[in-house]
Amino acid sequence: MSVLHAVFAPGFFSNGPVQAALVMGAVVALVCAPVGVLAVLRGQAFAGHAFADITSTGGSAAVLLGISPVLGFAASAAAGAASMEGLGARQRGDRDLVTGTVLGGALGLSALLLYLSTTRQGTSGATVSVLFGSIFAVSAANWPWVLSLGLPALAVVAAAYRPLLLGSVSPELAAARGVRARLVSAMYLGALAASVALSALTIGAVLSTALLVGPAAAALGLSSRPGRAMAWAGAIAVVSVWAGIVLAYDSYSWPPVGRGWPVSFFVVALVTAFYAVSRAGVRRRPRRQPAGRGS
Amino acid sequence: MLSGLFSAFMLHSWEATSVVAVAAGVVGFFVVLRGSTFAAHAIPQGAFTGAAAAALLGTSTLLGAGVFSFLAVGALARWGRRGRHDVVTALVLVIMLATGSLFLSVGSQYAQQTFSLLFGEPLAVSSAYLWPTVGLAAACTGLVLVSYRRLLLTSAAPELAGAGGVSPAAVNFWFLLAIGAATTLALPVVGALLVFSLMIGPPAAARSLTARPGVALGLSVLLALVTTWAALVGAYWSNWPLGFFVGVAAVLWYLLGRGAKAWGHRPRTAPAVGSSR
Repeated sequence: MSVLHAVFAPGFFSNGPVQAALVMGAVVALVCAPVGVLAVLRGQAFAGHAFADITSTGGSAAVLLGISPVLGFAASAAAGAASMEGLGARQRGDRDLVTGTVLGGALGLSALLLYLSTTRQGTSGATVSVLFGSIFAVSAANWPWVLSLGLPALAVVAAAYRPLLLGSVSPELAAARGVRARLVSAMYLGALAASVALSALTIGAVLSTALLVGPAAAALGLSSRPGRAMAWAGAIAVVSVWAGIVLAYDSYSWPPVGRGWPVSFFVVALVTAFYAVSRAGVRRRPRRQPAGRGS
Repeated sequence: MLSGLFSAFMLHSWEATSVVAVAAGVVGFFVVLRGSTFAAHAIPQGAFTGAAAAALLGTSTLLGAGVFSFLAVGALARWGRRGRHDVVTALVLVIMLATGSLFLSVGSQYAQQTFSLLFGEPLAVSSAYLWPTVGLAAACTGLVLVSYRRLLLTSAAPELAGAGGVSPAAVNFWFLLAIGAATTLALPVVGALLVFSLMIGPPAAARSLTARPGVALGLSVLLALVTTWAALVGAYWSNWPLGFFVGVAAVLWYLLGRGAKAWGHRPRTAPAVGSSR
């Protein structure tokens, strides 16, 4: 019993915000994991990160306008997806450059919007809440948004599972299939944008890549089969979010006492630790080449 | 309204931003050439962590940013060689940012410091900061210019460079170090999130305007200088964050480059170096 108390500080299971955070965190983690596995296999970690930075603009605008941040996250991620889709056919180097330029512009805009909301509304916490987030602060009013972003994203992954995998293993072969391949890739970008928006809501805009890419990359070290890797990624993501919430709750009694450490920090740290452990394992006993390696 | 722009107080800002621009223009030219865009975006987040740690411990921002960008470079060079490069870069980036936010949250001025470290605060450049900046800028531009040929060779034809006894991995490490140094000195002025815009916007435009590496390098520095000067005037006039102007300027430079390319419309006689990447 005392061990249990040492891990879960008193009041953990009866705390309303904590329970809400546990449920929402798990849902978001389960959406991000399969989408993230595809993102890693398709070599789109940078694109995913660009979405993350772009969502910071939408989040900042939402704070300035006084509307729900998830609306801003989703709208800006969708705009990012649309502009990225227009760049789909380019060479890698050029694509990275355009991606970088766009995300730089988006971050610049966030700087202005956050500055304006800080000076006009006196909400000095906007920078931190948009960029680094806190799952404890996500209200239950966001549930309709979470479900209407998360379920379609999962549906896209389920419906277009095979063509998406083909695109990750052999882009040329997928491209040869013509119009349908473009549709599939556009739908996938939409799913990616939706997942980034959800992740931004829970762990903050600039950190949201962690939940998307981290568990997926760790899982691909454990299993080279995409289906199994998605299951692993889901488990790793949920465990990271839940353990992060537990640690953040415990940290209220750590120095500086009473303030608590950011929950997003714990989630990102755990995700990174999972990746490091998985990689160390891969190195120790070499396996078959995971599918889509050398992207 | 702009009368105080050249007052003694602002002089340090002019000098510091100019130094930052030269270093970013030179290093950024090779960032674009070598396609190290994502790395150049990740390393500044390491500098952010360092600056946050320095704020917590009360030591020099430059020192903290320098140490942590070095750590970020080490992590990228060490772990990025095997496996999926972009995944490692993404994870190094987010763990650095998250750690930085932890340091700042434990300190007392969380929100305000977070904002200025991420988006820059150029109007408060002190003279104590100036000389280390100049030294660091000289070191990193020197490093890049000395290895100019190697950088060109390893980015244009890595196999050829390997055959000639130049190790691409070693060149890459030194190059990441130069990015780290440029980042460190740019962080207090431009902010962690927008150092990157300064590094890729001007060089991208410069490369579209000319195919000759030497001319493009000079042009890149010139455009970076124009960017930071304009941003400084804009920030002084409006009191808006400098990073905003830098980010927008980078987009404008990119569009200008694209426009110039479309306008020229002729096939370039010399193949652009590094376009295969």
